[in-house]
Amino acid sequence: MNDAAIAVAGPVVKPARAAARRDAAIAQALPRILAPVAIGVITLLLWEITVHVRGIEPYILPSPLLIAQTLIANWGSLQVSLWVTLQTTALALIVAVVLGVSLAILFTQSKWVELSFFPYAVILQVTPIVAIAPLIIIWVNDTRIALLICAWIVAFFPILSNTTLGLNSADHNLLNLFQLYGASRFQMLRFLRLPAAMPYFLGGLRISGGLALIGAVVAEFVAGTGGQASGLAYRILESGYQLQIPKMFAALFLISLSGVCIFLVLTLVSHLVLRRWHESAIRREN
Amino acid sequence: MIGLAAPMPAADSGAPPLPTATKGRPIVTLRGVEKQFSNGTLAVEDFNAVVGAHEFVSLLGPSGCGKSTVLRMIAGLGAPTSGEIDWPSADHDVAGEPRRDLSFVFQEPTLMPWATAIRNVMLPLRLARTARSEMQDRAAEALALVGLGGFENAYPRELSGGMKMRVSIARAIVTRPRILLMDEPFAALDEITRFKLNNDLLELWGAQSWTVIFVTHSVFESVYLSQRIVVMAARPGRVISEIAITAPYPRDESFRTSPIYNDHCRAVSAELHRAMAA
Repeated sequence: MNDAAIAVAGPVVKPARAAARRDAAIAQALPRILAPVAIGVITLLLWEITVHVRGIEPYILPSPLLIAQTLIANWGSLQVSLWVTLQTTALALIVAVVLGVSLAILFTQSKWVELSFFPYAVILQVTPIVAIAPLIIIWVNDTRIALLICAWIVAFFPILSNTTLGLNSADHNLLNLFQLYGASRFQMLRFLRLPAAMPYFLGGLRISGGLALIGAVVAEFVAGTGGQASGLAYRILESGYQLQIPKMFAALFLISLSGVCIFLVLTLVSHLVLRRWHESAIRREN
Repeated sequence: MIGLAAPMPAADSGAPPLPTATKGRPIVTLRGVEKQFSNGTLAVEDFNAVVGAHEFVSLLGPSGCGKSTVLRMIAGLGAPTSGEIDWPSADHDVAGEPRRDLSFVFQEPTLMPWATAIRNVMLPLRLARTARSEMQDRAAEALALVGLGGFENAYPRELSGGMKMRVSIARAIVTRPRILLMDEPFAALDEITRFKLNNDLLELWGAQSWTVIFVTHSVFESVYLSQRIVVMAARPGRVISEIAITAPYPRDESFRTSPIYNDHCRAVSAELHRAMAA
């Protein structure tokens, strides 16, 4: 077996080599963490110094230290709001995944369904959420559900369109092969279309994770101006009215932090699912 | 070398080649088969052939001569516009569809990249709802038969081009088909790998009881492998001639360099030139 001998470092790796490889991976990952952290620290330092040297008032630009102190001092109320926003985001994302994937599957089962409904999905996507959020909040009595709907509208489309694309992009010869072996529609979906759609779906999921948060925050702003108390966006509004700028920054910081965490988690999920087979998850050396 | 689980065919190499289509009922017969695509192209015109049990037949022709189209129609992927394809020795279901019992090997390995080698090979059995333990055993056996024992858990991306094609062949033979349809399966491989896979395919064919219909555009490959070569011409795709390759099996590297092989190649090549001029 000539080609067997030339084969693969993949499946059979000796322990020593595995350890060496792990070290190499850490050595490669470290600068990727250290470099942005260094930039962050330097920026914060410059910010802190500038604020003190130039004597900028906290209601114009609070220093990072003051923001951190405010964050700790107000942790009680901020934590509650953070929790509300995260709940809305997570629920919206889950509903977007369930409905987006189901609808995408429906689309691939019948061309007519796709032709009839896809334009409306596009309309839902292109209409700015700020413009329809007030309506939704008026129509839906329960604010939490209204917020959920707003966040869902924003998060839904990338999952739908990416999954539809993925389900339709299964290898043509593989489709023929399934046909030759008399595969049922369900088998075709389960063993071919869904796995083929996985990388596309995960790409959509990463976009939607961030969008769900944005949708939730935007909706909270709209609801907040209407006087209905809720998540972090409401804290920002409230602090603005009361000129508590450090608290505003603290809430803003929590929103950004949440967004970054969502992105990291979804990236990790995507990597874990695809790492064995998809080109995007494979490191190559030339 | 490849480790064959099954015994070699009759090793007395003087054995005459199997006479075509006389041993029992033919597996498949094509009568006046014509295929016109919806854009008006006449891909195949008046194609007639009879393929018997345990035959090795090649369809040879320039690209665009409809040889792949013929193969796909035999597989049931797309019906002929006119003419008929009969399966005289197959059972038919209530709808009159024949149980073709065939496997298809594409030009590309056509593996599922998200599944390991063994799971790829298990696919036809899984689609037929075979019991799990039987699937495992038969897939492992098929992988061993094509010389990939020990690579069960490798993903396609971890395998070389030749090895991927071996997995593809293992997937085709795991159902123990009566007829194996191969659509230029080795065209994308380098010559060394191709020769090796030619030899291994012949060995497997000798040991098993399948019929093979092999599409190729290589004169040398078709002469090396087949008992019979159907030479086709393009525009519209049609049969120009049928040539029997009488050299006995088993054929090996010494056949590849023998004067008989050379003579056959020259004759087939001349036919192919005639086909391309026609």
